Amino acid sequence: MDILYFAWVRERIGVPRETVTTEAKTVNDLVQELIAKEERYAAAFADISALRVALDQDLSDFDAPLDGVREVAFFPPMTGG
Amino acid sequence: MKIVVQEAPFNFAAEVEDFGQGRADMGAIVTFTGVVRDNDAGDLDAMEIEHYPGMTQKALEKIASDASARWDLGDVLIIHRYGRLEPGEKIMMVATSSPHRKDAFEAADFLMDYLKSRAPFWKKEHTGGDASWVDAKDSDEDALNRW
Repeated sequence: MDILYFAWVRERIGVPRETVTTEAKTVNDLVQELIAKEERYAAAFADISALRVALDQDLSDFDAPLDGVREVAFFPPMTGG
Repeated sequence: MKIVVQEAPFNFAAEVEDFGQGRADMGAIVTFTGVVRDNDAGDLDAMEIEHYPGMTQKALEKIASDASARWDLGDVLIIHRYGRLEPGEKIMMVATSSPHRKDAFEAADFLMDYLKSRAPFWKKEHTGGDASWVDAKDSDEDALNRW
């Protein structure tokens, strides 16, 4: 599964994207796996209410299942326009 | 419907001229242009705009389709830039056409509200050697409740 990071989430984690092998059932499970991995993930995911998630390029939420999902993206609330 | 995501500047006048061509049934065209605004201290060096290439086009198409389903529109145009922009540069524009002005105005307003918080762009301000990400405002999210 590919994981993408944008804006300050990317800066805190230090890479724009990575490929992981995971058994996580939901986005929340995946976040917990990442937090357990290294401090930089714990720093980025300290407050998930400050984050948004997209699954296969559609906005989703942290309870969503990861069944069949190929690309997960984490980012702060968007500031377009 | 025309959706463009690009780093290069766009020609506002040419885009508007082209947008209205060949539709004598459209009595109203509304346009909005977003410009990089200097901060109150007047020392903004640049605004850097990051986006999510795989998702941006899709998200903008959805916003434009939602507007077209809701209002009587002849056409919708969205252009949004990314990369490093200096104060005074145009960041983005939308245009809507409709037989009547009310639909064109409301649809343009709707597009702007959704572009602010549902299109995957992030702004970073560069000021005198410092850089900081622009936080989303609660009022931007609240604005969606109008619709």
